[in-house]
Amino acid sequence: MKKYIDTGKKDTRSGFGEGLLELGKQMDNVVALTADLKGSVKMDAFAKEFPQRFFQCGIAEANMVNTAAGLSLSGKVPFIGTFAAFATGRVYDQVRMCVSYSETNVKIAASHAGITLGEDGATHQILEDIGLMRMLPGMVVINPCDFNQTKAATIAAGKYTGPVYLRFGRPSVPNFTPENQEFVIGKAILLNEGKDVSIFATGHLVWEALIAAEELEKEGISAEVINIATIKPLDVKVVMGSVNKTGCAVTAEEHFVAGGMGEMIAGVLAAEKPVPVEYVAINDRFGQSGTPSELMKAYGLDAEHIVAAAKKAIKRK
Amino acid sequence: MSDIQKLKDTATQIRRDILRMVTGAASGHPGGSLSSTDVVTALMFSVMNHDPKTWNRSGKGADMFFLSCGHESPLLYSALARRGYFDVKELGTFRKLGSRLQGHPATDTGLPGIHIASGSLGQGLSAAVGAALGKRLDKEPNLVYVLVGDGESQEGQIWEAAEFASHHKVDNLIAFTDWNGQQIDGTTEEVIGPDHLDQRWRAFGWNVVVVKDGNDMEQILSAVKLAKELLAADHKPVMVMLTTVMGKGVDFMEGTCKWHGKAPKPEECEKALAQLKETLGDY
Repeated sequence: MKKYIDTGKKDTRSGFGEGLLELGKQMDNVVALTADLKGSVKMDAFAKEFPQRFFQCGIAEANMVNTAAGLSLSGKVPFIGTFAAFATGRVYDQVRMCVSYSETNVKIAASHAGITLGEDGATHQILEDIGLMRMLPGMVVINPCDFNQTKAATIAAGKYTGPVYLRFGRPSVPNFTPENQEFVIGKAILLNEGKDVSIFATGHLVWEALIAAEELEKEGISAEVINIATIKPLDVKVVMGSVNKTGCAVTAEEHFVAGGMGEMIAGVLAAEKPVPVEYVAINDRFGQSGTPSELMKAYGLDAEHIVAAAKKAIKRK
Repeated sequence: MSDIQKLKDTATQIRRDILRMVTGAASGHPGGSLSSTDVVTALMFSVMNHDPKTWNRSGKGADMFFLSCGHESPLLYSALARRGYFDVKELGTFRKLGSRLQGHPATDTGLPGIHIASGSLGQGLSAAVGAALGKRLDKEPNLVYVLVGDGESQEGQIWEAAEFASHHKVDNLIAFTDWNGQQIDGTTEEVIGPDHLDQRWRAFGWNVVVVKDGNDMEQILSAVKLAKELLAADHKPVMVMLTTVMGKGVDFMEGTCKWHGKAPKPEECEKALAQLKETLGDY
């Protein structure tokens, strides 16, 4: 199988920070807002470079969302940065009415998504944000897999017209996709061709899926690995093309099963071509405090669980 | 006819439109729409620099108006139509299937004059503040106006917007509170008092102008003039508190919460219309 090299672990939020700074240099209508988390979501470089285009909102996320919507009317491209928990659940009504329904060009930069936020615990570890955001009409949902891809996705989100939910995280994760890649919204990325099982992964679970494919190869199982970097709109063509070949699927994400990328793919498959699907995700329980790697293992979000799910899916064919 | 008289006549016709629209739809919110009619008429027909022919959602090159209390949509629709944004005949489609005149203002129907959806309360002020910041970044001299309800000001987000606008010295925004003292479940004091809204806005660092009779056209226009002077002098946002009467203009609707969210029956509507002269011709 194709070999991917981890060029050194980096946090995806820093990829966002670099992307935002780069975008700010390219487009003078890009503005940024935060709710007292400038440093945590890596907006400080942008704020330093473009102080007039940066707005500190204080701990008041609802106002931040609608202020961004108001700013977008005159052609500004606002990025609002906070933790994923406060960028979605806390402000769902604001995002629903003034971003999605009003079709404003607001980019929701959601950091610290999922359980790998770690020690802060379940209050901050949102695992339902993909579901919440993908239910909203017109909302693009992007979940890049590493630092380089998050940087590229940030730039692509800024150049795209329309609401975008851009999800990334706190911990350092392997950085293996090309530097200065072009990110195409709505395009799934085939990382490894295979014929026995399709593994659809999103976010940093993509790396785990690649390790899982290596393990499976050792046992004579050929796994196709596809990075679902854009969850909505889903690249149905690539998903169907892969499943038509392999006849079963595994989905892997740092999210609840309910509302997640896996359910979305399963929904498409149920309508188009019912095949066995196994979810690697968290099922109906909250997270807890711990280190990111401890939590990944404890909640079954690693290569080992992807391997097991793949074998199970193949057996059910 | 004096300009003031023209404005008053326009307000009277808008009140007729509101009553006919909510009666035609057998739903909607006449009470607050009637209490805010005078200020919205003043803004749309006298105060604001805007042109229906060149209007676009960006608000560039013109003053912008935001209706935070979106349930007063019949008022906004009538004022926009009467000002030439669209044909007054369309007012008859209010709240009906396929209409551009949704129950609460929407942007996806292509109705001119609406910058952002409103109706879920407490959100429009933040959007207006964002639009004001956009104008400031673009070095545009035009102003942003926003109308907020007193009941609506129970929403926490209003105060998030208040502190944000104050902190960022937003000096191109004039907000109005329709201080009619009524909301769905009763008076604002009964529902969740004490009110003290004027004091609250001052405490949040805003300049506050209190208008004794917020249904009086002369008093509204003087307050706007003063608000503009305050913006220029102090570089901070201004809240104009309009002491108004819920259901203004229809005796049996005045001063009660009963008509906040209830449409009159056709015979009640007739009774109400008999109190309001048809000045510009019904739609």
